[in-house]
Amino acid sequence: MKSWIAFWNILKKDVKNYYLKPPNISWGIIFPLSWTLMQLIRSPGGSLLGLLPGLISMSVLFGTTSMLAVTMTFERSGRSFERLLLAPISLSTMVLAKIAGTILFGLFNGFVPVIFASFLIDLYVINWGVVLLAVLMIAITSSLMGLLIAVSAKQVFEAQTFSNFFRFPMLFLCGLFVPISSLPVFLRPVSYCLPITYGTDILRGAIVGTNVLSPVLCFGILLTFAVVLFLLCRYSINRKWIQPA
Amino acid sequence: MRMVTVTNLKKTYGNLTAVDDISFEIEKGEIFGFLGPNGAGKTSTINMITGLSRPTAGAITVDGIDVKKQAKRAQAIMGIVPDESNLYNEMDGFDNLCFCAALYGMRKEERESRARQLLDLFRLKDAGKRPFKAYSKGMRRKLTIAAALIHSPQILFLDEPTTGIDVESSRQIRELIVGLKRQGITIFLTTHYIEEAERICDRIAFIANGRMIASGTVPELMERISHGHTVRFVTSQNIQNLTAELQAHFEESKITIQSDHSFVIASEQRIPLLPAMDFLHDKEIDVYEARELRPSLEDVFVKLTGIKASTLKKDQERGGH
Ligand SMILES: Nc1ncnc2c1ncn2[C@@H]1O[C@H](COP(=O)(O)OP(=O)(O)OP(=O)(O)O)[C@@H](O)[C@H]1O
Ligand SMILES: [Mg+2]
Repeated sequence: MKSWIAFWNILKKDVKNYYLKPPNISWGIIFPLSWTLMQLIRSPGGSLLGLLPGLISMSVLFGTTSMLAVTMTFERSGRSFERLLLAPISLSTMVLAKIAGTILFGLFNGFVPVIFASFLIDLYVINWGVVLLAVLMIAITSSLMGLLIAVSAKQVFEAQTFSNFFRFPMLFLCGLFVPISSLPVFLRPVSYCLPITYGTDILRGAIVGTNVLSPVLCFGILLTFAVVLFLLCRYSINRKWIQPA
Repeated sequence: MRMVTVTNLKKTYGNLTAVDDISFEIEKGEIFGFLGPNGAGKTSTINMITGLSRPTAGAITVDGIDVKKQAKRAQAIMGIVPDESNLYNEMDGFDNLCFCAALYGMRKEERESRARQLLDLFRLKDAGKRPFKAYSKGMRRKLTIAAALIHSPQILFLDEPTTGIDVESSRQIRELIVGLKRQGITIFLTTHYIEEAERICDRIAFIANGRMIASGTVPELMERISHGHTVRFVTSQNIQNLTAELQAHFEESKITIQSDHSFVIASEQRIPLLPAMDFLHDKEIDVYEARELRPSLEDVFVKLTGIKASTLKKDQERGGH
């Protein structure tokens, strides 16, 4: 019960102080929208439905990684973060509470292109349950990656640089712009090390039916990624942020 | 009853030994103070006791709980005020307090009534609705202390509670600390200010270069250097030419002439005033002042640590910067 109170209030505070701030809300809308428009202009003949899986993954990825990396680094530089480390709550509760806000923000980001598309085309072919689950899994894994970046960054600016350093290559490696099968052979294993590759594949299956891997397998892999990343985050926070002996 | 036991605590950062084999105990209900200059190892020690930093060596228990093994259980009874006021800038005073209460698992009604009570106690009622970033330094400090008290901890850690705070806020903070002690809360504070330690601490430990040089009550610490007694006399006429005569008269004591009109008698025993008065009276010299000189805590600190008093800050030097 006590952990739940702490969890809920950390989440509420972050949502109120960071995610519901006008600049973040508008950024969360404008960014996915501009991706969508850019893609439409680039390939006027292409079907919007075919672009949707990529647009959703990208929006979620960009909404989550930098968000957590930046807010955590910010709280650490102002030292208010010490309060969470000194509170009688487990590191797991703290990590879960911190990523929960970002995950919600990621979901919000992911559905901006969907809402936009719904004005232009019929979306009845989409398997919404699977899409929601896939978006959730992308949001969870990218939030955790953002947290890992926060553990390695010392300043807010460093956190931003790190997250961009990881995100942009990811976009090209996850099969969004270029199918993985046409990537140079030496890059393909890298693609299969990225959680977003599997998330995008599920989305493709659920939206246009052009998945490469089995969705069940992809969910399994994403879940494994989530658990491993979570344990890694908890371990690094414990090692690095509680000053080592 | 013991609240804190620290045994052979050590902390190194690379080659630097910040805390060097420190041991001490804090009894329940007392105010225990670490007095030491910059870089003495005060914050490092607090961080290890509160579980924010892992000791290189040594053992710590708080209310019988081993902090190394059960940090979270120990943290539930601790209130911690770090050296910097570190609440959330965007949130107002009331929300900050309620948020801190939630971290300790307090329910909504309880959080809100306790927050109101503390804003009242710290005279921040009007500031409760203003964001923390709009607070003055003294207000920030007070709210940070209030936040540490929100879950009614049994022990309060205060890392330099009044450094860089204006005189009036500092006085209020000291009064509050003494009030908390009366409610039975154990307090561990660190400070640069000798006067502060002397005024509010039940026991003081001198810390320098990571080592604990001495500890005890103020009278106990005084005893470490003051052997014997000294009395200073101020006279109506020049007594320079009486030196030899005075020394002969008080052969058991040591006479030091300080100026034309003052001299000092030092002795192992207490010094009765009448013989000196009579002696001077016979010479038709009046005594305007006769006063026992006591060493100050500052003298004790300087003597024991070998550190210049100027490295510790004086109360008068406080400013709002
Ligand atoms: N994280 C750290 N890494 C390296 N050295 C450190 C670290 N923290 C403290 N030190 C060093 O350890 C020594 C003790 O520092 P500490 O902060 O404990 O002193 P302090 O008594 O609190 O000083 P102050 O009065 O300035 O707050 C100093 O020499 C300091 O430079
Ligand atoms: Mg310090």
